[in-house]
Amino acid sequence: MTDQNKAPNAGKVVIIGAGHNGLVCAAYLAKAGFEVNILEARHEVGGAAASHEFAPGYRVSSTGHLLYRLDEQVIKDLDLASHGLEMAASDLPTVALGSEGRHLKIHDDRITGEDVSREDRNAFMAYRERMLRFARIISGLDDKIPPRIASGERADNIGLGRLAWSIRRLGKKDMREFLRIAGINIYDVLEERFENELLKGALSLDGVLGTHLGPRSNNSVFTALHRLGGSVNGKQGAVAIPRGGMGAVSEALVKAVEALGVSILTGAEVGHVEIENGKATGATLVTGEIMPADYVISCADPKTTFLKLIGPRQLDAGMVRKVSNVRQKGNAAKLHLALDGLPKFTGLEAAQAGHRLVVAPDLEYVERAFNHVKYGEHSAHPVMEITIPSVHDASLAPEGKHVLSAIVQYAPYGPGSDSAGFEAQVMETLARYAPGIREQVVASELLTPNHFEDRFGNIGGHWHHAELALDQFLMLRPVAGAAQYAAPVDGLYLCGAGCHPGGGVSGQAGRNVAQLISGLDK
Amino acid sequence: MNNSRTNSNGGYDAIVIGAGHNGLANAAFLAKAGLRVVIVEKNPWIGGASVSRELHEGWIYSNCSYVCSLLRPEIYRALELAKYGLQVVPYGGSVTFTQDGNYFGSYVDEDVSRREMARFSERDADASLRYHADIMRQCRFIRQFLLRTAPDPTSLKPFDVKEMMHLGREFWKLGEDTLGDLIRFYTMSISDYLDEYFEHPVIKAAYAGSGIIGSALGVMSPGTAYVLLHHAMGEVDGSIGSWGFARGGMGAIAKAMAGCFEAHGGEIRTDAGVEQIIVKGGKVTGVALENGDEVHAPLVVSNLDVKRTFLQVMDEKDLDAEFVTKVRNFKIRGSSGKLNIALDGLPEFPALRGNPEMIRGDMHFIDSIERLERAYDDWKDGSWSKDPYVDLLIPTLTDPTMAPPGKHFMSVFVQYVPPKLTKNGVKGCDWTDEDRDAFGETVINQISKYSPNFRDLILHAEVRTPRELEAEVGLTEGNIFQGELTLDQLLFNRPIPGYAQYRGPVKGLYMCGSSNHPGGGVMAAPGANAAREILRDLRKPNTVPEGWLDD
Amino acid sequence: MKIIDYSDRDHYKTQAFQTPFHERAAAFNQKHCWGRWKDYITANTYYDTATEYFAARNACSVFDLTPMTKHRISGPDALDFMNRLVTREVGKIKPGRVGYTVWCNDAGQVIDDGTIFHLEEGVYRLCSQEPQIDWLMTSAIGFDVDIVDETHDVAGLAFQGPTTCAVLKLMGLEGIENLTPFGIAKFDLDGFELTVSRTGYTGDLGYELWVAPEHALTLWDRLFEAGALHGIRPIGSEALEILRIEAGFILAGVDFLPANEAVRPGRTRSPYELGLGWLVHLDKPYFTGKRALIKEKENGSRYVFAKLNIEGNKPAHQSFIFDKRQKFAGTVTSAAWSPSAKVNIALATLEAPHGKPGDQLLAEIYYQRELKWSRVMAPCTVVEGVFWDPPRKRETPPPDF
Repeated sequence: MTDQNKAPNAGKVVIIGAGHNGLVCAAYLAKAGFEVNILEARHEVGGAAASHEFAPGYRVSSTGHLLYRLDEQVIKDLDLASHGLEMAASDLPTVALGSEGRHLKIHDDRITGEDVSREDRNAFMAYRERMLRFARIISGLDDKIPPRIASGERADNIGLGRLAWSIRRLGKKDMREFLRIAGINIYDVLEERFENELLKGALSLDGVLGTHLGPRSNNSVFTALHRLGGSVNGKQGAVAIPRGGMGAVSEALVKAVEALGVSILTGAEVGHVEIENGKATGATLVTGEIMPADYVISCADPKTTFLKLIGPRQLDAGMVRKVSNVRQKGNAAKLHLALDGLPKFTGLEAAQAGHRLVVAPDLEYVERAFNHVKYGEHSAHPVMEITIPSVHDASLAPEGKHVLSAIVQYAPYGPGSDSAGFEAQVMETLARYAPGIREQVVASELLTPNHFEDRFGNIGGHWHHAELALDQFLMLRPVAGAAQYAAPVDGLYLCGAGCHPGGGVSGQAGRNVAQLISGLDK
Repeated sequence: MNNSRTNSNGGYDAIVIGAGHNGLANAAFLAKAGLRVVIVEKNPWIGGASVSRELHEGWIYSNCSYVCSLLRPEIYRALELAKYGLQVVPYGGSVTFTQDGNYFGSYVDEDVSRREMARFSERDADASLRYHADIMRQCRFIRQFLLRTAPDPTSLKPFDVKEMMHLGREFWKLGEDTLGDLIRFYTMSISDYLDEYFEHPVIKAAYAGSGIIGSALGVMSPGTAYVLLHHAMGEVDGSIGSWGFARGGMGAIAKAMAGCFEAHGGEIRTDAGVEQIIVKGGKVTGVALENGDEVHAPLVVSNLDVKRTFLQVMDEKDLDAEFVTKVRNFKIRGSSGKLNIALDGLPEFPALRGNPEMIRGDMHFIDSIERLERAYDDWKDGSWSKDPYVDLLIPTLTDPTMAPPGKHFMSVFVQYVPPKLTKNGVKGCDWTDEDRDAFGETVINQISKYSPNFRDLILHAEVRTPRELEAEVGLTEGNIFQGELTLDQLLFNRPIPGYAQYRGPVKGLYMCGSSNHPGGGVMAAPGANAAREILRDLRKPNTVPEGWLDD
Repeated sequence: MKIIDYSDRDHYKTQAFQTPFHERAAAFNQKHCWGRWKDYITANTYYDTATEYFAARNACSVFDLTPMTKHRISGPDALDFMNRLVTREVGKIKPGRVGYTVWCNDAGQVIDDGTIFHLEEGVYRLCSQEPQIDWLMTSAIGFDVDIVDETHDVAGLAFQGPTTCAVLKLMGLEGIENLTPFGIAKFDLDGFELTVSRTGYTGDLGYELWVAPEHALTLWDRLFEAGALHGIRPIGSEALEILRIEAGFILAGVDFLPANEAVRPGRTRSPYELGLGWLVHLDKPYFTGKRALIKEKENGSRYVFAKLNIEGNKPAHQSFIFDKRQKFAGTVTSAAWSPSAKVNIALATLEAPHGKPGDQLLAEIYYQRELKWSRVMAPCTVVEGVFWDPPRKRETPPPDF
């Protein structure tokens, strides 16, 4: 059962949660010679990187449906292709759905569509190029342990120096622009550059998807850069659909870790981390069974890890306060439709139905959609990112049938979450672009942040576990003092989307933690 | 102050455009260094937005800025403003009225203040100590950079490297925890920030107001925690965060600065609006006035905001196209309005039940974060807030010089008021007089809800929307800070990256308005800092004081 | 009855409140020398500070400590909560006992010091200088506890001095002589409950008497009646200041800065740096600051808290301390002439490694005689024990005088 390359007996590791980060972490640690056990509370593995059958014969990605930042080194190192990971479609263009079929197609740095001016086309080329370059500053940090500031440690100073150098290397002009826009909002940045309302609306989605931000909220440029930092098949800023949905990523990872001798225990909910004299010694299941370990790694969201698994009693009160203040209320909902045929979007060729379709007609529309959620209500006119993955992957629906998967914003977390009322409004919005779609629906479901919390156990139902914003990034993610993956308890590590470098199926936190732990003895 | 035309064709070392407080401070420091300086001012009066005007007989209005805290004491002293008649009298306290007929007050006495807070939440009363300590930590850091020129992080010039290292050192000295808080402070919304301290909605609303004054941001917008800091970093007599009245209105500040300037040989020309800054051979040579006169000097300092400076009084052909684009993109958003009211007597606020302290300070009428945020939603939609945030003061309860005995002047600052309106779905409509009056009515109604006899006491009211502020004072869109206080427009980004050291893109041209670091609020620091840079370029002895380091 | 009702909208009309003892205290206060202590008016001195001081050391003294911040902590997790909050093992403070303690922030810096009264099984009262509700509520995340500020529900008198036990016996507190130091006993006094703890801030034999505010005047009257022939006297904060320095007790805001109020980096102190390492029980389960304190123990502290015996008689308030090579070694935080030890004494914060018992240092003292200021470099010695430590403070039963 053990791998040939495996160094013997580097130590015993328990990983809490078989989300993709946990699986990636397990694989690297197993390769480095650790004995790894993964404990998963649910009966399925993969966490939020999952696919599920929501109606007989219809499958979709349960949360995120586009892959855009899965660490390519991870794909290579774990040989995920040979374990079955395959893209049903890559490098999908975006279609910004316009009224009366006047759509815009955005692919790489090119825009096609009738209503877009030559100035906008040119400005977009420059914008795209610059944003990708700036995004590399952010993504350049992805595989690093976040440096601490003013710690006095050499490694931290080197890390900060490297960041400063990467900004400096942009050259005077771009460095100035980077320092100017990195902290502000996408609304202003787009308004400075473009005229076309539909274009601006569609581009603003990059800054607000999966967050509690409107286009006018500062921080939204940063989130756009975070999103644009990833690559698919070596192409930065591209998006892809895995064959079999997001669950296929997890399946490939499971095969990879199992081949490396990692054991995965499902239905094994951890009650708390076992701590003796300030050191983690294992994980205790809710059944009372103790799983001893030299290293315990939690892939849960920060609040769950600190307040439940470690527990306030093992922590400083100030740290507990900081963790309690982590903002992690999700705003993204997910609409799944089982359709008895390919929906017809006004003015959209059938060949384009498989593109990434976005409903964000203008900046004010997106901003207004956001307004509601500030007060705990769902958007009256939501924004959407739609895919019809069955166009690329026939396995997802019965023959001739289709599934539609849409990320819908904004839905509140908490008592204001009323998915029935919301679904009616979402369908109405959708029908504006695909008038006959209601009649095609065989089955549907709308998952709100509350559903995600119930299903995946992440408090707040936030896709990034913790809001992705400058005040919760790098050395402040999830909180200062625990941003270098090591929890305040010896032998315990954090490893989820709530850690650096945040969410999106990337596997980077998993890889970073594994490298941190395997580097400890050296 | 005079309208004399003597010396009109030269003999000047420098021309300062605009007699706002920064222009005056700048000119005074230059004059102190021995330069022959003339200030040209378009209005018949001086002071810009730091002004006192008799707009109703017997009443002096601080009709733009209305209270003083940020004015740097180093400048106060270096320009001998006391000698030239300035007196700043601190006031204490504030009140937030609640919709249920109650109020939450803040008092000068810290124990009374703590008990008042405990009336709403005992925990918040205690948490406020932690809050104030945390705010103070951030204030201490930023205050030391107010009278320093921001370094250019992209530059390798000795000055910039030296200043960057200084900045880095001071940054490092804060220690890891405070540094983390600093990053959070500059990027968070005031609403999220306050949630980390307080539980009671009224207390949060009372604190949050400072996070939006003068800004086109809502209390839930990331970046507003800094705006709050901007309002907390001033002082009166060493008491950080205190505010005061300039005796005789805010014009007293301009008047004292002008006194100092003129005592050092300076000349002020009013009714002398600038048509254009004259550029010849890549250098400024003077200004052409609207009346056709030209005034010449090798050095022109603009106290106008950056948009007005480069888009209105300069010829685009004298500027680089990319620079002009950046100026166009500069965010100077109109978000505030103002009512200046002459009152026949003191209005009653029944909720106070005669509490005499509460009416001496700032009065507010919004009692929840949500109401504050909805006021901002109106602005985003191109309308003035229907439930506006109001910062109301009655300076005449402290200052006996501004109205006849028993009568009062009331200053009502209003957030939010857009620069252009959306009418029937059409964006960007101009304000009309009817709109302005309807806006004034909205504000008067808001106050009347808490003071039934207020309306009947009004003898005269001046209602100012961004349109009036821009037309009269010249502030683009009526933005009180000459530019938004967001990360893209702070420190070395203010006003434009690469031009954050008071030097314009043309030789001999300088900028000294609040569009520059460290921003607005009647601080006079941009004017002083610009003077220091000018004197450095001229290799003249520096007359601008260093910041007082408080240990 | 609450002495101060926070819900009163017109509270602002009273800038400082009277304690329930005020009526009696005012009658004694011939100097009208009042000060403010948090919400209350208390006496700085009643008659003469030296006379008041000797009442405490020679007979018995009454000090109104009603304004002391008091929090009541109860609920199923009360003990666990207390143990996570403070540095010492609270489980060892049995019901009916009191323990002195400190509590720290995450960085192991002292937020405040105070006493824990284990009133009954699982019910604690935490007495401190500063309000703590924000920190207590923060510390309560994850604990099933009730925390109530009962500062204004309990009136208290510190009754200190060699004749106190005798007076309490006269007052009818049967068996009071058997109360051991840091013990709590309850008595019935004229039909109401009187709680007596053998605690104090003077380092001498003494008690603290706690009653509901409505019985405050009765307590005062009974006490003064019983003490009439035993030299009873009310004392103010000025006398108490000398008493506590002699006893080596620190004061928040004077000898250390509460960590929650610190603005400047490096101004706070750990328990080790305040000479309170004995209160830090690293072998108990986790408490806030423990990781930082373990680290400090390994790496050494920055400061040493020292008690100084200074030559001469010039009071060393705010003095700088130098070593023999005239290099800066620290500053005095509290100073007094000790009328009992007849020594010039001070509490000081010294930079490590200064401050070992027996270290010889110099105190730079500025003093004034007939408006003429002079400076003296007074030799001083770091002493180990406290300046006043009578055996009666530990004896049970204590002597009658």
